[in-house]
Amino acid sequence: MIEIKGVNKSFGEDQILFDINTVFEKGKVNLIIGQSGQGKSVLAKCMVGLHEVDSGEILYEDSDFTKMRSTEKSKLRQEIGMLFQGSALFDSMNVEENIGFPLTMFTKMSKKEIQSRVDFCLERVNLVGKNRLLPSECSGGMQKRIGIARAISMNPKYLFCDEPNSGLDPKTAIVIDGLIQDITREYNMTTVVITHDMNSVIEIGENVLFIYQGKRWWQGDKKSIITADNPEITNFVYASEFMKEIRANIQNSRN
Amino acid sequence: MLFHVGRYFLMLRRLFAVPSKWNILWKRIVSELHIIGINSLPIVALMSSFMGGVIALQTASNMTTPLLPDYTVGYITQSSTILEFSPTIISLILAGKVGSNIASEIGTMRVTEQIDALEIMGVNSLNFLVLPKIIGAVLFFPILVIFSMALSLIGGWLALIFSDLSTTETYVLGIRSFFNPFHITYALIKTIFFGFLIVSISSYYGYYVKGGSLDVGKASTQAVVSSTVAILIMNFLLTYLLLL
Repeated sequence: MIEIKGVNKSFGEDQILFDINTVFEKGKVNLIIGQSGQGKSVLAKCMVGLHEVDSGEILYEDSDFTKMRSTEKSKLRQEIGMLFQGSALFDSMNVEENIGFPLTMFTKMSKKEIQSRVDFCLERVNLVGKNRLLPSECSGGMQKRIGIARAISMNPKYLFCDEPNSGLDPKTAIVIDGLIQDITREYNMTTVVITHDMNSVIEIGENVLFIYQGKRWWQGDKKSIITADNPEITNFVYASEFMKEIRANIQNSRN
Repeated sequence: MLFHVGRYFLMLRRLFAVPSKWNILWKRIVSELHIIGINSLPIVALMSSFMGGVIALQTASNMTTPLLPDYTVGYITQSSTILEFSPTIISLILAGKVGSNIASEIGTMRVTEQIDALEIMGVNSLNFLVLPKIIGAVLFFPILVIFSMALSLIGGWLALIFSDLSTTETYVLGIRSFFNPFHITYALIKTIFFGFLIVSISSYYGYYVKGGSLDVGKASTQAVVSSTVAILIMNFLLTYLLLL
């Protein structure tokens, strides 16, 4: 479980996050949604320590990340897996080396053990036999799956995914969403997904946090977001004319 | 300016941490020796041979007074090569080649979030990425400079022989005349400092780049300019401290 208490974050004069309080639950896919520029990624980067918060607490199972020493942070980070928007695979390494990298750096596993763990992770993301490919030889969807395989190679307790579906076709996006959900349940992880993809919200949104103008605006699950009576959420969820029509139909059928 | 200097020294402090795995550091040093060192051999060879030839020819063409002995050409070629051309000019060339390469490599890793990925895994990204490059440069730049000195002197000799301006005996006598072995030490000390400056300054600009590919290009140019200025200042300081 990750608990956020009173987090504020500014860049110079611009305050991005205002008193964020929320809980991301264990064994669930927790989504942070909102329009671009509302502070979703900043919140996620504060949670993994890429940005320092101005004030507030980020509790990983009751341990405050903001007050940890750098050695303690490094240790905790080995329990965090992250899938980046652009996958962030290391260009100079092949698929196998990318996935095995955290194992080589932080464990005393033998080459054989690392190889077997890499093969297991590749199998888990349906990329058996792709060990020797370079990231540049892989499609966008494959790169995301390699990113997931790398993120789970150390058996993390926490998984962060920054817009995992960006740049993917709807079908591949569903595959990636499904994979994230399966892995979360299988390893009982606390997964936090940053997205503005409504398909993802409907597919995997077990706990959805809506951020608007840097504030925690609304929180609930995928069912309640459809019926939420909040103009900002309605504008976000039913942004297109087509979706507005669907909403009107839902309301008509209720009446 | 002060902001950059302060951040540069903070970067150095983080960079010189104890590596989490020595065998990985060693592997990366070997790889950097190849990228920074071996890959620079062709350009150093080309530059040194031609520059040695040009120094010898220019000196010979200006030898109009009979008061100067014939071996002066060899002496001037030797002293200008050892004191200035090989350590400083070759370092300036390497600032362009190696420096821009390092800045763009690390800058691209920054904008594609690869450095963030390292940090989130708990890896000290500066220590992992930059330290092997610095060690590689500090170890291999002196070898490149010795190689450059040798080729420059050979270039000078070939130029004089083919243009019939001197003989092998006179040229070799000139090279050996007034030879001060400390000048080699001085050149190598300079080179070590220059290697450190080139890699650390270029890494600094790459590591702290913000934005996209355009900004990586700008950082690369800035890295070369700043490394060049730093080399010139350090050259002056070291010459003042070591030769006077």
